[in-house]
Amino acid sequence: MIYREAGDFKTSYRDDSQTFPIRLDRWGYYAVLAVAFGIVPFVINDYWANAVLVPFLIYAIAALGLNILTGYAGQVSLGTGGFMAVGAYAVYKLMTSFPEVNVVIHILLAGGITAIVGLLFGLPSLRIKGFYLAVATLAAQFFLVWLFNKVPWFYNYSASGQITAPTRTVLDHAVTGPAASAPAKYLVCLCFAFVLAWVARNLTRGTLGRKWMAIRDMDIAAEIIGVDPLRAKLSAFAVSSFFVGIAGALLFAVYLGAAEVGEAFGINKSFLVLFMIIIGGLGSIFGSFAGAAFLVLLPVLLKNLLVGSLGWPTDLAAHIELMIVGALIVLFLIVEPHGLARLWTLTKEKLRLWPFPH
Amino acid sequence: MKLTFPALVAAAVMAAAPAMADLVVPNMSYRTGPYAANGIPYADGFADYFTLLNERDGGIGGQLIQVPECETAYNTEKGVECYEALKSQNPLVLNPLSTGITYQLIPKIGVDGIPLYTPGYGRTSAKDGSVFEWVFNAPANYWDGASVAVKHILDQEGGDLSGKKIALVYHNSAYGKEPIRTLEELSEKHGFELTLLPVDAPGQEQKSQWLQIRREKPDYVIMYAWGVMNQVALQEAVNIRFPMDKFIGIWWSGSENDVRPAGAGADGYKALTFHGVGQDYPLYEDLKTHVYDAGKAAGAGDQTGTVLYSRGAYAALVIAEAIRKAQELAGTSEITAAQMRDGFEALEITAERMEELGLPDFGQPISLSCENHGGDGLARIQQWNASEGKWNLITDFIEPDAEILDPLIKADSAAYAQEAGLTPRCN
Repeated sequence: MIYREAGDFKTSYRDDSQTFPIRLDRWGYYAVLAVAFGIVPFVINDYWANAVLVPFLIYAIAALGLNILTGYAGQVSLGTGGFMAVGAYAVYKLMTSFPEVNVVIHILLAGGITAIVGLLFGLPSLRIKGFYLAVATLAAQFFLVWLFNKVPWFYNYSASGQITAPTRTVLDHAVTGPAASAPAKYLVCLCFAFVLAWVARNLTRGTLGRKWMAIRDMDIAAEIIGVDPLRAKLSAFAVSSFFVGIAGALLFAVYLGAAEVGEAFGINKSFLVLFMIIIGGLGSIFGSFAGAAFLVLLPVLLKNLLVGSLGWPTDLAAHIELMIVGALIVLFLIVEPHGLARLWTLTKEKLRLWPFPH
Repeated sequence: MKLTFPALVAAAVMAAAPAMADLVVPNMSYRTGPYAANGIPYADGFADYFTLLNERDGGIGGQLIQVPECETAYNTEKGVECYEALKSQNPLVLNPLSTGITYQLIPKIGVDGIPLYTPGYGRTSAKDGSVFEWVFNAPANYWDGASVAVKHILDQEGGDLSGKKIALVYHNSAYGKEPIRTLEELSEKHGFELTLLPVDAPGQEQKSQWLQIRREKPDYVIMYAWGVMNQVALQEAVNIRFPMDKFIGIWWSGSENDVRPAGAGADGYKALTFHGVGQDYPLYEDLKTHVYDAGKAAGAGDQTGTVLYSRGAYAALVIAEAIRKAQELAGTSEITAAQMRDGFEALEITAERMEELGLPDFGQPISLSCENHGGDGLARIQQWNASEGKWNLITDFIEPDAEILDPLIKADSAAYAQEAGLTPRCN
């Protein structure tokens, strides 16, 4: 009844092709932004920042990155963890080598370095597809983790191979290191997530995104209509790696503060991010956020519910939590194989017809 | 889901906070995942000792001890979540039982003012209290362990190691990499050849490392493993028929759960330990009366008296003694985390005190100071007897090689101080 486009007149092409054509959607989007930027920073505490919102935003960025590559351009990648490690080690080397430069620039540069590395590992995609490409990117995952373990230069020759983020400030507020406050960490991650999601949305509905989707849907047909597969595939790898690199840099510098490549950026991380986009929805910006929310927030919520409120033993709760999350993944994928984003779209379509479905 | 989530978590967090008056000593445990076989007994021992104090003595200095548990699964991200959740309960001290989580917490606890107690693990150079104000790793650390293992090998070989080959099989993480620098120095000093064999976490896959051992035939193998890597390594060593009495594990690779799966083949395997083994201590009678028989044992209650159970209880004992000291210094029984730190720094556990506590000849005397947060680092060797199914202590406490270790610790802590911009204290 309320949720519909009737009465919402568009008088220009620009209005007609906007991201949220329905007024209620638009308002909802502005409201979420207003709450995220205007209210949350003032009420957030350490637990909410470090255990809930910061990891959610960082994983959302990583999922966005992988979604560009896998969801939009159709190139399956299992190297996300390795590319995140590149971002993390790049930002670590930059932070320790050039302490006077702003950390935001370092994070962006780390994304750029990851983009170059991603480009290199994307080269095989010109010859191989599907599962074979997945295996090639898996090699990238193992090679990069091995490299960061093996070459002491990357971890500044520390005895244990751990990298630790020094304190760096943005506008005189510490955002990395032990003294960083909850709102500062949250706001940095939020700004990155907001800008990158906006960039991703606009890239994917422009020429570049259409080329990616053409390649995804049928690469031979795309080539015949004039899409250069070399540029389309490699640009997808570069942009995706840029996002993933920024996620890795934030994960290490802002969220964890100290990391070790095998544990923080192992193959599990690659699968986690891949599951996020599969559950959230391939080829959807909202899906990246939904998938990250599902896999980051749900375990924390269940833990607090089972151990905190119900007082269950921690081991029982941890096992049940795995079972519940696993069962929900199966359930969601049976109900809607195209992920939470598709579920959301269907809900909205039903809402538009409500209360007179026909 | 998005709308209901904040409300639910807020409610859950509120409900989890304990009464404020008690002393809170959290148990950051892991009872799930690839490290659970080792995490469970430790967590049980840690919790049971405090249950005993609460039941028998009514806590410490009249204050009950709360031991909220948080599952980390040996995972740093869950460790962060646990740390943030526990921080709001005003803990006196944290014992994460994970070197990775310890590295992550060291900068944070300095800012938040919470002591970190990492007995036998964590960052070795935290022994230097002048730099690591809030971290304590008495009675022994990884480098002590490496040095004691080499001393034992020296003993076996009649004091000469020149031309011998020693292989280090290690968990490829901060934990496993810790002893490398010490062993390199020791290999220079004693003239043995060191081979490094990393095993990637969690460590089920180590066929190639053991094939290499079979090919190169090192005289001794030292192992720094944890969790599932222990059981697999023991089995692989049995498979290639490596002489078990030349296979020495660090104290984290020497529990019943690690050797049992390899059956009779594991007989003669050696491991370090910094405390006694078995249940022949008066403390166990008290534990039986006040905890087990009362049905208050933590977990399934089937880990009593195992190596890691003892170690968990020992960690709890040192913390309890530090609380006592802190109460004495502060003149009040309701101490804060900062007073707890002072208690740790003035901690003095003599052999007589250990006897009073029901654990005669169990652990070495511990005496800490502003400079020394790590104790003397003595360790002994235990050997597995597969037919009896128990560990036997085969040496007395062995002193580590301070000549090698002290300069290394100084260098590493100085590097940390410079990196973190700290000025050493204690002058």
